[in-house]
Amino acid sequence: MAKGVWIVAEQRDGALRKVSFELASTARKLADQLGEEVGAVLCGSGVEAMAAELAKYGVDKVYVADNAALEPYTTDAHATAVAKIVKENDPAILFLGASAQGKDLSASLVGKLATGMATDCTDVKIADGKLCAVRPMYAGKCFGEIVIDTFPQMASLRPNVFPIVECAKAGEVVKFDAGLGEAKTKVAEVLKEAAGKIDVAEANVIVSGGRGMKGPEGYAILEELAGLLGAAVGASRAAVDAGWRPQADQVGQTGKVVSPNLYIACGISGAIQHLAGMSSSKYIVAINKDAEAPIFARADYGIVDDLFKVVPALTQEVKKLLA
Amino acid sequence: MNIVACVKQVPDTEAQIKVKGDGSGIEEGGIKWVMNPYDEYGVEEALKLKEKLGGEVTIVSMGPARTMETIRTALAMGADKGIQIDDPALYTADAYATAEALAAAIKGAPYDIIFCGQRAIDDDSAQVGSILAELLGIPQVTFATKLEIDGTAVKATRPIEGAAMVIATSLPCVITATKGLNEPRYASLPGIMKAKKKPVDIKKAADLGVTGASKSKVAKFTPPPARPPGKILCADDTPEGKAAELAKLLREEAKVI
Ligand SMILES: Cc1cc2nc3c(=O)[nH]c(=O)nc-3n(C[C@H](O)[C@H](O)[C@H](O)COP(=O)(O)OP(=O)(O)OC[C@H]3O[C@@H](n4cnc5c(N)ncnc54)[C@H](O)[C@@H]3O)c2cc1C
Ligand SMILES: Nc1ncnc2c1ncn2[C@@H]1O[C@H](COP(=O)(O)O)[C@@H](O)[C@H]1O
Repeated sequence: MAKGVWIVAEQRDGALRKVSFELASTARKLADQLGEEVGAVLCGSGVEAMAAELAKYGVDKVYVADNAALEPYTTDAHATAVAKIVKENDPAILFLGASAQGKDLSASLVGKLATGMATDCTDVKIADGKLCAVRPMYAGKCFGEIVIDTFPQMASLRPNVFPIVECAKAGEVVKFDAGLGEAKTKVAEVLKEAAGKIDVAEANVIVSGGRGMKGPEGYAILEELAGLLGAAVGASRAAVDAGWRPQADQVGQTGKVVSPNLYIACGISGAIQHLAGMSSSKYIVAINKDAEAPIFARADYGIVDDLFKVVPALTQEVKKLLA
Repeated sequence: MNIVACVKQVPDTEAQIKVKGDGSGIEEGGIKWVMNPYDEYGVEEALKLKEKLGGEVTIVSMGPARTMETIRTALAMGADKGIQIDDPALYTADAYATAEALAAAIKGAPYDIIFCGQRAIDDDSAQVGSILAELLGIPQVTFATKLEIDGTAVKATRPIEGAAMVIATSLPCVITATKGLNEPRYASLPGIMKAKKKPVDIKKAADLGVTGASKSKVAKFTPPPARPPGKILCADDTPEGKAAELAKLLREEAKVI
């Protein structure tokens, strides 16, 4: 019978991604309820040392595939490796991060493992011994509770939503052969963004600007505030389509779905397609001169005023607080 | 070149979504149905490829009778023919069962490249394109923002957090399209007229040899949790006063800075 709660750890450029610890902590919690073990699959080149770090967050066993062909990430190599070790060990539950890489890998695994998956979940629990995964659907306009009749029961978890909890376990390393055939795809090139730029999908704080920023120069005041807060700068589609900001910064239904601790929307009206991308943020601030703007209905704190006056004043206040 | 574009009909992004009283699904009355926005990028890329390399674009869509409208929209944009998969046994198909049905419909004819959307904005599952590639045993590039084809060599760019990867693979393959790939065209009036005469094949589950048996199901739909009403800050009616109040609340109440 299928047993164990597993995760696929995500690493890039020699370090585990934060979502890996969120996955491990969540898997630990569920495994304790089931009285089962937590396994982690870790694929890459020279990654074995990362196993100890996973153990800190509750992983009992780390299944490591160390192979030069697993670096950098490609869908077919990683899906082949993970599918192989999963089939050999038959875990009951398998979690991945709903990051760019995790979404790609998990969907491919669903195909290889012929199972079911709940994508981009915001809650997971055990009910009657089975996984019950809760996820936003219709761009967050409703939620679905997903149950899966096949094994492993797969779910990808929305980054930044699940708490990280330390819980030291053995993290015993089990090496396995990735079983790779001839590569069907390879990475021809990696185009890096400007160094130091924080991606909106991974940021704890996002300062976001819309059409109310008036033009690309308007973002200078957001960049300054973001710099102080260690935040990423996001944008509405109106700003991206106007060419003021890059596509990678767009938040919303046709952009990125983000869940920061704090989302500060400046000069954004709060169209339903924008809300789709940010309404699971923990705290939402709206700065807009139109008191009727729909963004205020979602905001925890709202300021009705000219953003070109409020944002610089806020920057000064934050400087004082951080001094 | 034989090009396939999978399109799904979904509620318009503006649609209000109401959960049925018993949580078994959503109320469909009053919804305006449109082509999934990500599939528009797929169809556009398919048409651009056809214009450059010649060949034919086939639209494949699974869904109830109303889905025909969305297939006609794609034909009006310039696609050549359509396959509609319409069977009540498939109305609650999950991603795997959907991909099985699409794979069975696509396998029947030669194909060089298959476009899907990065995700459908109703179930938001972002799975079908990848499963389809696995079932057909061909490579895939998901979330593509750029595509170049030279003979059978394929180069596609996909963004990841803080970077983008250029993936090299070969035809036949599945590409899932995302915003940035292109600007979808609108159907022209002559296009709409011509679309009416283009052939659309209607298939049942039995014709495709699939049952629609799903691996997962939505046990219950619920409305989103209510958000407590927010505060409008106006302690002092100046921008500086409001900013100071905000900074204080973010620090002391929300504890996020
Ligand atoms: C299929 C589809 C997908 C879409 N996907 C997305 C998506 O992913 N993301 C997205 O964001 N949108 C998306 N949209 C677009 C969406 O419908 C809105 O058009 C868009 O979000 C509007 O952007 P905005 O709020 O910046 O602009 P506007 O709606 O024009 O709002 C600008 C706001 O700025 C305020 N303002 C102006 N000047 C000032 C000032 N000096 N001080 C303070 N406030 C000021 C105004 O009061 C106004 O509320 C999508 C639309 C469709 C149809
Ligand atoms: N019923 C369907 N008919 C045709 N294509 C579909 C269907 N469902 C999903 N797809 C395709 O798969 C993509 C991803 O869908 P999903 O995995 O449901 O988010 C969509 O953008 C479509 O291109």
